[in-house]
Parts: sequence; C-alpha cells; structure tokens
Amino acid sequence: MTQIDASELQVDEIPAFPTQRSCPFHPPGEYAEIRQGDTPVRVALPSGRVAWLITAHDQVRQVLASPHVSSDRGRDNFPIRFKQPDPEITEKFKEFRPSLIGVDPPFHTRLRRSVITEFTVRRTRELRPRVQEIVDGAVDDLLESGKDGRPVDLVAKVSLPVPSMVICELLGVPYADHDFFQDRTATLISFKRAPEDGLKAFHDLGDYFRDLVARKEKAPTDDLIGRLIVAGRENGDHDSEELVGLAQLLLIAGHETTANMISLGTVALLEDPEQLRALREDPDTLMPKAVEELLRFFTIADTVTARTATADIEVGGITIRAGEGLIASGLAANRDPHAYPEPDSLDITRNARNHVAFGYGVHQCLGQNLARLELDIVYRTLFGRVPGLTLAVPAESLSYKDEALVYGINEVPVTW
Amino acid sequence: MRVIADREVCVGAGQCVLTEPDVFDQDPEDGRVLLLIAEPGKTYEDAVREACDLCPSGALSIAED
Ligand code: HEM
Ligand code: SF4
Repeated sequence: MTQIDASELQVDEIPAFPTQRSCPFHPPGEYAEIRQGDTPVRVALPSGRVAWLITAHDQVRQVLASPHVSSDRGRDNFPIRFKQPDPEITEKFKEFRPSLIGVDPPFHTRLRRSVITEFTVRRTRELRPRVQEIVDGAVDDLLESGKDGRPVDLVAKVSLPVPSMVICELLGVPYADHDFFQDRTATLISFKRAPEDGLKAFHDLGDYFRDLVARKEKAPTDDLIGRLIVAGRENGDHDSEELVGLAQLLLIAGHETTANMISLGTVALLEDPEQLRALREDPDTLMPKAVEELLRFFTIADTVTARTATADIEVGGITIRAGEGLIASGLAANRDPHAYPEPDSLDITRNARNHVAFGYGVHQCLGQNLARLELDIVYRTLFGRVPGLTLAVPAESLSYKDEALVYGINEVPVTW
Repeated sequence: MRVIADREVCVGAGQCVLTEPDVFDQDPEDGRVLLLIAEPGKTYEDAVREACDLCPSGALSIAED
C-alpha cells in the first residue's frame, strides 16, 4: 500500500481545485481523470488549504459514514473553499456558533433528534396539498406575467418563490422578508464575495433570527420554531442561541438548494424532448425516478460534504492522517461508472436512489423528503400546466452559478 | 431473514420508509425507525436489502439465520 506523506509535497505541486466546467451539464473533465486512479488525490483550495479529494462512489460513502471525521468548520485544516486572505476574518467566522451541519456527535445527535419529527416521511407527505397550492399560485403568476408573449424568468417566478414560501411557512418566518434572506444567502455561498461581506451576511441573518426567536418565545406560534421552543421548555433544554442557529440553517439550506434543482431539472428536461414526453405521459411511474436521477445528475451541493479526519483512515489504498482535510465529492461519486452504467447520460428510468446528492452518514440531508416533495410537485405542475414551455435562449447561453458553493442557474427566461 | 434496527444510531432520514413502508416506519414521537415486521419473508427480501444499503447511518442490518 502506498503511503503519501503530506509533508513531502509542496503546495505549488498540488493541482488547484476547483477546476472549470467546460459544459454546464457536466462536471469539470478533471473529475473523471482523478477518479480513474481510484485513489484520493490532494488538491489545493483557494483558501490556501490542502485537502484530499475523494471521487469514487464507495469511498465517498465510506468516509461520510466514518465515525472518524469531523464537520467542525473551526478546525485548522477544515477544507474551506472560500478565499480567506485575512486571518483576523477567519477568526471572526469562528465566533459563530455552528448548527447541525457543522457539529459532531454527540452534540449533533441531540440536536438532530430534537428536529427529525418535523421531517419524517409521513409529516412531509401531509404537506403535499399545501405545497401544491403554493406551486399552483407560482405557476399562475408565471402565466399571468408572460401572457403578452414576452419571456419570463422562471427563477424569479417559480424556482425561488416555491421553496422559500414552503420553508417560511414551515419555520414560521414571514415570506415578506424574502428579498432580505435570499440576498444574504446568495452572498454567503458565493465564492466571489469579499470575506467581510460574508461575515456581514452572517451577522444580518443572526440578528434577524434572534429577533424572531425572541418574539416567538414571548408568544409561541404553531410552527417549527414555536414547537421547538415549547418542547425545549418542557425538556428543560431550551437554548435561544441554539434555536437561532438551527432556524437560520434551515432557512438557508431549505430554499437555495431546491430552487437550483427546480431550474436545472426544468432546463435539462426541456433539452431532452423524448424523455420529457415519456415523463408527461406517465408522471406517476416516472416522476419519482426522474427526481432521483436529476438529483444524481446535477449533485448541486458537490463539495458541501467536506470533513477533517479525526483519526487515520484507510481509503482507496492510502491513509488520510488524523488532522488532514478531505472533500467527499458527491458529483464525482454520482458520475462514477462503477456505480452507474453510462453515468454521464441522464436516464429517468434508472434506479438512482443510492446517489449521494444528499450526502451520506449522520449528516445526510434533513430536508431530503421535503426537497423530493417540492421537486415532484413543481415538475408535474409546470410540465402539466404549461405544455408549450420552452427556453427563450439556448441552454448553453444561460448564466450558471460556477462561483457558488451550490450549483445552479441565475436566470431562466422561458416562453410558451 | 431477521431485520435489526438500531434506534440509537438512526438519524431519521426516512430512506427505509421510502423503500419499504410495509416493513419500516418512523415513530411519530421521535422520528426514528420502527420495525413493522421483524422477520419479513421472501417477498420483502430485495426491498429490505436495498433499505439496509441506503440507510445513511448504518442503523439497519440483516441477521441471516
Ligand atoms: C435539492 C435540494 C437539496 C440538496 C441537494 C441538499 C443537499 C444536502 C447535503 C449534500 C447535505 C449534507 C451536508 C454534509 O454532509 O455535510 C445536506 C444537509 C442538510 N440539509 Fe439539505 N439539501 C437540499 C434541500 C434541503 C432542504 C429543503 C432543507 C430544509 C428543509 C435542507 C436542510 C438540510 C440540513 C438541516 C442539513 C444538515 C443535516 C445534518 O447535518 O444533520 N436541505 N443537504
Ligand atoms: S434509513 Fe436508517 S437512518 Fe433513516 S430512518 Fe431508516 S433506519 Fe433511520
């Protein structure tokens, strides 16, 4: 077994990550090259840190399920992708108390348990009629805005409003504040933003939720935040700051991700008329599969699944040493030919359920069933109610989010 | 085939329920896995194996006896 000692390599010999996509529908070409070796490789990140990039499907699952990895962003070697030229600002980011996604067991276990009843398969299914109403309202608005035949932006009319309204109702956040939180979220996950702007976005959202939680503490409402306050008081472990962090995470994670999947999935299906026809003819059979396949194909949160090893781990013939950072690339794993025949073609009839687009291990997406529900309803309604839906510009010329932690499309002009 | 579900390990992602609702459920009280059939027969074998593979937390296993 080859052992690579980190200290023998100079940072400038290590290939830079991320690399550029040459096609908006596919990962950067380097992913396939790296995966061919079937061994994790070291990459240099814009933050100046070095991390192991893991690309094989079985290895990505292995490390994400390992008890010897940490999600704590405050660790010295955590693979941060954002440019962080100023150590003072890096320190300031550490002042934020991380929530679910950035904490380890046993604290993670307790926090996750406090909220899983809100996201069970049954609870999510009960939301179907209300989500359908929200989607119908958004599609009405789309149709109304474009009735003079001019192109309308799908992102502004459907992709962003639907998941934002759904998560607002679930949490008990006023939807009227959507411009504010959509803007701060976009800033937070952008690689182009200045570090101090990221810090400000964090502060703004924190202040917003601190105020909201304080109001609900005075008069608990029947929504997720209200219910957690009541339950926390009953168990004697109510902690305002903890709830602020959790609510903020749920809002951020709950709208931008699903919005990008709505846009990308719609564009991909419009570009593939044959599969779209089949889907329109038999949505009951094909839609659940199509949703999983689109999640696999795009894997929009490719590198969110980053960790630091807390003990030596053997993976793919090398040893990742305790203290080293790693990125378990969901996108590379989901295009692994050992896991999926012809991985680079979109095939809505395949069983893609073992994809890692929602991660794997104890941090696997808490909102996955809600995301599935929203995608199912949006694609059904959009393609069902707007038979003539077409892109107003070629798919290649759309503006894709290459500079963000979560992949997506900025604007999708459509006509019908 | 006997299914073992470790409720201490379960993270409530619900993959098992999506795969085979006849065998798996989530406790409405705490969101964690509940076994509806402890010894599912042949009809459920494939689905149960798929659920064990999909379960992200390692809470599910099969005891062959
Ligand atoms: C298509 C949409 C979505 C995608 C692709 C996605 C992807 C992911 C991924 C990859 C992770 C794992 C991160 C890690 O392992 O470090 C994750 C975690 C998480 N997601 Fe999602 N997500 C989506 C929608 C949602 C929605 C709608 C919500 C909220 C309602 C949500 C809430 C969360 C939370 C709270 C976590 C952290 C869970 C934990 O650490 O235990 N996500 N998501
Ligand atoms: S799939 Fe695993 S983690 Fe998810 S609910 Fe079932 S047993 Fe629990």
